[in-house]
Amino acid sequence: MTQLIQLIQEALAFGTVILFGAIGELLTEKSGNLNLGTPGIMYLGGIAGLVGAFFYEAAAGAAASPVMGVLISLVCAFVVAGLGGLIYSFLTISLRANQNVTGLTLTIFGSGVANFLGGSLNKLAGGVGQISIAVTSSGYRAATGLENLGFVGNILFSYGFLVYLAIVIAIVASFFLNRTRAGLNLRSVGENPGTADAAGISVAKNKYLATCIGAGVSGLGGLFYVMDYTKGTWANDGGIERLGWLAVALVIFATWKPVKAIWGSYLFGVLFWMYLYIPGLTRSSQELFKMLPYVVTIIVLIVVSIRKKRENNPPESLGLAYFREER
Amino acid sequence: MSSPKKETRAPLMRISKRAQISTPKAWGIRACALLLSLLVSGLVIYAIVKLNPIKIYVSMFEGAFGTTRRSWSTIRDAMMLLCIGIGLAPAFKMRFWNIGAEGQIQVGGIVTAACMIYFGNSLPPLALFIVMLAASVAAGAVWGLFPAFFKARWGTNETLFTLMMNYVAIQLTSFCVSIWENPAGSGNIGVINQNTQAGWFPPVFGQAYGLNVIIVLTLAVAMYVYMRYTKQGYEIAVVGSSENTARYAGISVKKVYLRTMAISGAICGVAGFVAVSGASHTISVSTAGGQGFTAIIVAWLAKFNTFTMIIIAFLLVFLEKGAVEIASAYNLNDYASSIITGIILFFILGSEFFINYRLIFRRREKKEVSAA
Amino acid sequence: MDKSAVRLENVSKSFGPVTAVNRVSLELRRGEILSLLGENGSGKTTLMNMLAGLYFPDEGEIFVDGQPVTIRSPRDALSLGIGMVHQHFKLVDVFTAAENIVLGTGGSGRYDAKRLRQDILDISQKYGFEIDPDRKIYDMSVSERQTVEIVKVLYRGAKILILDEPTAVLTPQETDKLFAVLRSMREDGKSVVIITHKLNEVMAVSDRVAVLRRGKYIGDVATRETDPKKLTEMMVGRSISLNIDRPEPTQRTERLRVSSLSVLGEDGVMKLKDVSFEAYSGELLGIAGISGSGQKELLEAIAGLDPAQPGASVLFTSREGEAHELVGKSPLEIAALGVALSFVPEDRLGMGLVGDMDITDNMLLRSYKRGKSFITDRRRPKKLAEEVVDELEVATPRLSLPVRRLSGGNVQKVLVGREIAMQPTVLMTAYAVRGLDINTSYTIYNLLTEQKMKGVCVIYVGEDLDVLLELCDRIMVICDGQVSGVLDGRTATKEQLGLLMTHMEVSAGE
Repeated sequence: MTQLIQLIQEALAFGTVILFGAIGELLTEKSGNLNLGTPGIMYLGGIAGLVGAFFYEAAAGAAASPVMGVLISLVCAFVVAGLGGLIYSFLTISLRANQNVTGLTLTIFGSGVANFLGGSLNKLAGGVGQISIAVTSSGYRAATGLENLGFVGNILFSYGFLVYLAIVIAIVASFFLNRTRAGLNLRSVGENPGTADAAGISVAKNKYLATCIGAGVSGLGGLFYVMDYTKGTWANDGGIERLGWLAVALVIFATWKPVKAIWGSYLFGVLFWMYLYIPGLTRSSQELFKMLPYVVTIIVLIVVSIRKKRENNPPESLGLAYFREER
Repeated sequence: MSSPKKETRAPLMRISKRAQISTPKAWGIRACALLLSLLVSGLVIYAIVKLNPIKIYVSMFEGAFGTTRRSWSTIRDAMMLLCIGIGLAPAFKMRFWNIGAEGQIQVGGIVTAACMIYFGNSLPPLALFIVMLAASVAAGAVWGLFPAFFKARWGTNETLFTLMMNYVAIQLTSFCVSIWENPAGSGNIGVINQNTQAGWFPPVFGQAYGLNVIIVLTLAVAMYVYMRYTKQGYEIAVVGSSENTARYAGISVKKVYLRTMAISGAICGVAGFVAVSGASHTISVSTAGGQGFTAIIVAWLAKFNTFTMIIIAFLLVFLEKGAVEIASAYNLNDYASSIITGIILFFILGSEFFINYRLIFRRREKKEVSAA
Repeated sequence: MDKSAVRLENVSKSFGPVTAVNRVSLELRRGEILSLLGENGSGKTTLMNMLAGLYFPDEGEIFVDGQPVTIRSPRDALSLGIGMVHQHFKLVDVFTAAENIVLGTGGSGRYDAKRLRQDILDISQKYGFEIDPDRKIYDMSVSERQTVEIVKVLYRGAKILILDEPTAVLTPQETDKLFAVLRSMREDGKSVVIITHKLNEVMAVSDRVAVLRRGKYIGDVATRETDPKKLTEMMVGRSISLNIDRPEPTQRTERLRVSSLSVLGEDGVMKLKDVSFEAYSGELLGIAGISGSGQKELLEAIAGLDPAQPGASVLFTSREGEAHELVGKSPLEIAALGVALSFVPEDRLGMGLVGDMDITDNMLLRSYKRGKSFITDRRRPKKLAEEVVDELEVATPRLSLPVRRLSGGNVQKVLVGREIAMQPTVLMTAYAVRGLDINTSYTIYNLLTEQKMKGVCVIYVGEDLDVLLELCDRIMVICDGQVSGVLDGRTATKEQLGLLMTHMEVSAGE
């Protein structure tokens, strides 16, 4: 039983990182931009939050409050990640650079910036694992107060607020895309920019907004990773990049539907950590088990392409730049 | 009464596609972008370390080419990047987004390591070499064929498929590492055949990495010829340009997909072979180390011309080596190289716009258009 | 009260050297259905696009309800109450009808799905549409999609509705339904323009007909005071002498015998229905018809690119007298037998040429597989490229320029030149002079005639009736995917062609 609780808790924490990443990427892809810079953007969000919290706590000293620390790092993460999205937007939307190559470059750039600053921060703090943002981190990891309600409390209420925020953002994104005019306009841009343009919808504006806000949301995934998942430390181990690609995969797995991404992310978490809880696995077979999330994504990808159900397909103009005169 | 014409004004700036641009002008634009990007990176460096950027660029050069040893390590890494770029070129020319070079390198590396471990002491060097080569070609090809098959049959999105195949390959590597781990419990397998050096590339002309250069440059020439002068290369270009035209010319698009991805994967597999047998003599989850992604940029920027790729591969490796040098000299960490690489690539990618499009600004005087 | 809903005065529009609309003045009254009639390329769509805000006129003025207006975008047009349903629908496939209708209508926050549904149903009921607001576009037939487009325009409050060739994609029953809807809109005081070249429909639905020819306004008549014959005369005008050299056919033997050829289009509509004809060596067979009547499918089916429906036969007789059944053969096998196709699609490059490749490499497209060598042989294609450039006077600075960079006429010369260079037994060309200037067009006519005199069986799909009448030995007319008649090119008249194209029987007493 404790093992099951532990697995679920770990899966939820893992799932939250990629859920943020995936919802951000999903918004971006709905506008027709396939942003392979998501891992880099999550890196940017993570490091910005960490740097913000670090300097706030260093400046405030003993007076540092968790709420301020959380607020500052949250804003830092969202804004800096959004700026990453802005670079991508400018290059792909205004300058019509190739989306895949630009995205990959952004991943290189973002991981460079993050690891450079993270390494410097480690040095500043006196070594790996010495970064002290205890106050802010405690703000992030403060549980709801209902975690003592036995099994249910343990499973449902034992997390920091970002776990719940991720779910809320996913549901809001779903509502936005499916029920509001702005969401409808955004989707039309990703499906058929020519039609959207003719209907008087600004293609560039929608793409910019979706990509930058999406990047901000993805950045929160990096923030959660730093603040909660690794408990306020920085390690140059490529962890965020790995999860970033999984976030991209999750978008496919969820067939571009935010609500599906919620349970999909936790399923990925379960698949990812399950090897620890299956008795009798050797270390080598554990490694094979860790393939599961990727293999499952591939299978989903294939099944979706075979079934050709239109609702499950990617936005039709995904990956293509729009130039009105080429209509 | 106002006529409609007077009320309308052309937009301040509009974009139109260029009909034609001269080659020198295009390279001029690219050179400007490169200079600008160096300027911006210089400013970034200055902002961080408050050091004269020129001094930094000089010490970067030292880091990459300062000693013979450093030069060879730069050459080795550039050859690796080039090899992957060569593998990706035909796939991308066909507009098949093979993001899966990482995985194809890893599986090529795995089978190479396996050959070294299992046949290292039983096969004569030449036979071992051939077996390793063949195995890495086969492994890479299989890894490339998977997504190609589904793309050809059902149109499955290859970008995401190949991306996922990378992680499957990385887990496969972890699995093999845990089997072969040496010493036990260390989590890695150390240098394979440290004493016998079986399966290692022999020195050529006294250079440890001589064979790497020979193999990769041979591939570069062969791929150049293949894409430019063979019937299959011609088919790749037609399919990449328009599937409709390919159909019109009687080309089987599916067949070309499969064949080309087998070749692309195979060469990336060979890159894994070179990385294991010719450089690290070990295998780990970071054998590919992100170069499969970087090589996409190399291939793309070179417009799939394998000779242009040589220059770009060297530029990128130079940046990386240089940044490592600055990092140790100025007590920074070497991720600075990724930042500089990123900035430079952003500028070069952005510069393509000014090659393909023209900005037309609103003229002061309005030309009257007369209906002839 | 002034009855005028829209008035255009001296409106012109040019695209480069081509004047598409030349000082046209036109009036649309309230509560009427106006047919805008004209051949392909007569400027009908261009004229209406200026009303709808897609193009901006070079000169002239537009008045709506008597007030001068400026229309810069579809949005401007809609705010003036002008809505247009284009030939190529502008709909998002994965959206429902309701979502497409509400798209871009402004406002923020949630849209009231219930009210939207009700609004749509109200509009439908008022005019007699049948529409399910919750169906996705991709589940809909072409006519249902058209309904969505019309409702979309009405939902935005259009008082003036322009329909561009609305019946081109409809069955006769669907057409009747559409007309009923249009009439009920007229009863409601709205004005409707339908762009068409089908005379029977003009007669059936409109109150007034305005005719355009070669960008010029010819005139307008009340429908009840005219008949199809008079309208055809207005539409095609008198024949102009072009002085194309037309020698008598020689060595006339049968090359192609097509029987019962039917082709199903991608959208599930029969594009070609039971077509049968013969084509002969040393003869230039013209194919006339409104664009989109099945010409493309006919040529592609013969070339093996489009699969024919069961029961069809295309019998090809080679120069040596051997007979081959082409149905079931691959495009490559058919080309190898000597059947060449040069199809100039609307974007000119499309499927015949590879835009990123230079002229030499494009010459290779048809011949690269020759020989057993692994390496491509570029010497012969290069020589061929030089010959084509030389003989057809292709204007290019060098052979290594990607064909995408060539001007339209030169691209076409490359394409046609390559097909001729294959020394075909049957040469099929479609729209070979599309968008070309007069001189280049004549170069191509002469080339085709030259081929005919060499004993090649030439099939020429054309748009310009004057050219067809002076160039071709026989003219087959296609209407709606069916052969509506075959005329002798030397004796046929433009009126006969025009009537056949619009599916009116040519009366015997002509």
